Amino acid sequence: MMKNLILLLSLLMPALALASEGAHLDRAPINMANTASLQRGVKVFVNYCLNCHSAASMRYNRLHDIGLSDAQIKANLLFAGEKVGETMTIAMNKKDGKAWLGAAPPDLSVIARARGADWLYTYLRSFYRDDTRPTGWNNVVFPNVGMPHALWQLQGEQRLKVAEQTGEHGAMTVEHTLILDKPGTLSPAEYDALVADLVNYLVFMGEPAKMQRMQLGIIVLLFLSLFFVVTLYLKKEFWKDVH
Amino acid sequence: MANQQVDQSKRRFLIAATSAMGGVATVAVATPFIMSMLPSERAKAAGAPVEVDIGKIEAGAMITVEWRGKPVWIINRSKEMLDNLAKHDDKLTDPALGVAQQPEYAKNATRSLKPELMVLVGICTHLGCSPSPKLKAGAEGDMGAEWPGGFFCPCHGSKFDLAGRVFKGSPAPINLEVPKYKYLSDARLLIGEDEKGA
Amino acid sequence: MNKYLTCLLGWVDERFPLTANWKAHLSEYYAPKNFNFWYYFGSLAMLVLVIQIVTGIFLTMHYKPDADMAFASVEYIMRDVTGGWLIRYMHSTGSSMFFVVVYLHMFRGLLYGSHRNPRELIWLFGVAIFLCLMGEAFFGYLLPWGQMSYWGAQVIVNLFSSIPFIGPDVSVWLRGDYTISDATLNRFFAFHVIALPLVLLGLVAAHIIALHEVGSNNPDGIEIKKHKDPKTGIPLDGIPFHPYYTVKDIMGVAMFLIVFSAIVFFAPEMGGYFLEANNFVPANPMVTPPHIAPVWYFTPYYSILRAVPPMFSSQFPGVVAMGVSVMIFALLPWLDRSPVKSIRYRGAKYKIWLAAFVVSFLILGYLGTEPTTVWGTFDKGMPVVGGVDRGTVACRVFTLVYFLFFILMPFYTKSDKTKPVPERVTG
Repeated sequence: MMKNLILLLSLLMPALALASEGAHLDRAPINMANTASLQRGVKVFVNYCLNCHSAASMRYNRLHDIGLSDAQIKANLLFAGEKVGETMTIAMNKKDGKAWLGAAPPDLSVIARARGADWLYTYLRSFYRDDTRPTGWNNVVFPNVGMPHALWQLQGEQRLKVAEQTGEHGAMTVEHTLILDKPGTLSPAEYDALVADLVNYLVFMGEPAKMQRMQLGIIVLLFLSLFFVVTLYLKKEFWKDVH
Repeated sequence: MANQQVDQSKRRFLIAATSAMGGVATVAVATPFIMSMLPSERAKAAGAPVEVDIGKIEAGAMITVEWRGKPVWIINRSKEMLDNLAKHDDKLTDPALGVAQQPEYAKNATRSLKPELMVLVGICTHLGCSPSPKLKAGAEGDMGAEWPGGFFCPCHGSKFDLAGRVFKGSPAPINLEVPKYKYLSDARLLIGEDEKGA
Repeated sequence: MNKYLTCLLGWVDERFPLTANWKAHLSEYYAPKNFNFWYYFGSLAMLVLVIQIVTGIFLTMHYKPDADMAFASVEYIMRDVTGGWLIRYMHSTGSSMFFVVVYLHMFRGLLYGSHRNPRELIWLFGVAIFLCLMGEAFFGYLLPWGQMSYWGAQVIVNLFSSIPFIGPDVSVWLRGDYTISDATLNRFFAFHVIALPLVLLGLVAAHIIALHEVGSNNPDGIEIKKHKDPKTGIPLDGIPFHPYYTVKDIMGVAMFLIVFSAIVFFAPEMGGYFLEANNFVPANPMVTPPHIAPVWYFTPYYSILRAVPPMFSSQFPGVVAMGVSVMIFALLPWLDRSPVKSIRYRGAKYKIWLAAFVVSFLILGYLGTEPTTVWGTFDKGMPVVGGVDRGTVACRVFTLVYFLFFILMPFYTKSDKTKPVPERVTG
């Protein structure tokens, strides 16, 4: 009984190697302290995303946290008479969104917490032309996505090259490569930097209190460590009585 | 045991140190909880100053806008209305504006920045009802021949003049509140904020 | 000043057993002097209960238990309420830490025989507390109204519909609707915020009163009341809870708060185990996430549920197995037939079975977080396990070990070779 159990258990080990996830994701260069990047990012967000997507939990004046004043917010980011204390809502409602676009574009307030920075960074750079899709676009990271390539003028148009390869042990792997057919107004390096800024901003927007949280955490842990030492001595002192 | 004395003072010190740090920790932890009960960003945004177009208010007419959930009256006082303001100080409870129910710049004969435009929070200072406008003076209205124009609160009968000043004999103890406000231009008012801020 | 305080205390004592209770439960309550690391978790569990109640009250000031507003109200707390993010993270971290602390507290019982005579009732109150805690966590998890909240509740309430005959009606009654909806959210809010907390507080009080009635066990599993000082009646191996254990527990609290704060301030999501990524997507009744798993502290029982295949076209046997896997803890005082209480004096059999139980619990827990395909599938050609997911086979094996730990206990504890138990504690 025992021997069979051990045999069964040992058979399970190699299977661990086979566990796989979806498409490979590139590392997003996130830096919450880079306010210049965050400011560039919010500009991209408001200009390209905030037409179809809302961010209804994000207040414009929270952008003070990334170094923008009310005047700067009003001048660069408020286009439809919104007040600086309002949230990033849009005119389109969910029902209309579903009717007009097939699927209502999701609110992006916490998209970075739901999908992760790496996913967003790779997704926004993985659109390719696909005439079989209603929007004319498809995406390697999110197959058959309902969203068109909102940033296509900046990136240009990519094409998907599919190549089958036979690797070791006779295993078949399919390799997907994206080729830039028509360049956009930005070079690939510039586009990557823009997407990095945008994703940086989305991460900030997902949790604006993050920097404050970590800064406070350091103070709290230092205090608690000192407190622990004091209580340790207190305990030791009283426990001298106990033998 | 020898050293009993030393042990005691060490114990006292450690108890004191633990208690002191514990007290600091308690205050520190309590702070975000207490602060969470203050007006949130949403409440502050809803209470933000309100911009009002005043260009189209005719002389002698009034508009009402909402600010912080309260009615705010903006009255374009005619020359006749302004003249009437100075004639009944003896009938007012607080003609000298001793109680601070208005910003410094409204502590004058007309209780306003510019004489013609009166800005008042339309909440009776008795128990909070909203008085009814009785702008027409004398026999034209239904307030009697002596009435100089103003406001009458239907709840308990308080009366106020066209500068929001309370008449003697009213249950209301003090004048109507003049909120902070400023001119953004000749035709545009900002209610709830002045040069000093919101 | 002291004279006035003494006077005031006298006035109170004439009308309320304040000093009497202080003595009975603190300054003259004698606990064994050899409590070790495993004895911190009871007081820590009380601390976490207080943390959850206080943070919970403040969250309720801003949270909206309405399907259209719930998700947004949580983000409102995170962003617009001053300090709201901190209160929220304390509550979510506290919820997971509650289970960490309680599982360790229960494990102490298994190590030292805290469930044995005369402490069976303390143990039963504890099992009741554990069940209520699971309910409290389950109801609370629906409140953020994310995808995992919604679909987790959908799956678990659907389990009730597998009960023969009355199942579907019971599920509709529980939900207040034909599917998880606003009606369900509102009643789960009522259960989570007031019903279960009141029950929990009552059970915790009963748990501690029962404990103080018989006195604490200790790592040697011997009864300290057997050897009392002839003059004072105080157990020779006992020390007053106050100041010795109040002072020791404060140190335990400080250590716990360091761990707790490290998580709250630096890793509140805990890699997606404390705050799941998919729960940052608002609940969508039309779209089922590809991978639904309960929160980590439920996963061992979830694995047991999944391990049992459908029988007679019903998932009910799996539901029963899952229910029994939790309830069986209640039988422990009567399954354990060993003449000794503490693992220190037990033989090899109990140690092996306890180790096997812990390993099973941990592996079942891990497998419950993943889809059953996580370790691949056995080749179709293999005997018995052919074509079956390796994860499912593992779950079945470890479910068996889990239950055998309990079912065989009367036998291996009786026949186990025990060591002589000392008369006085050894520390």
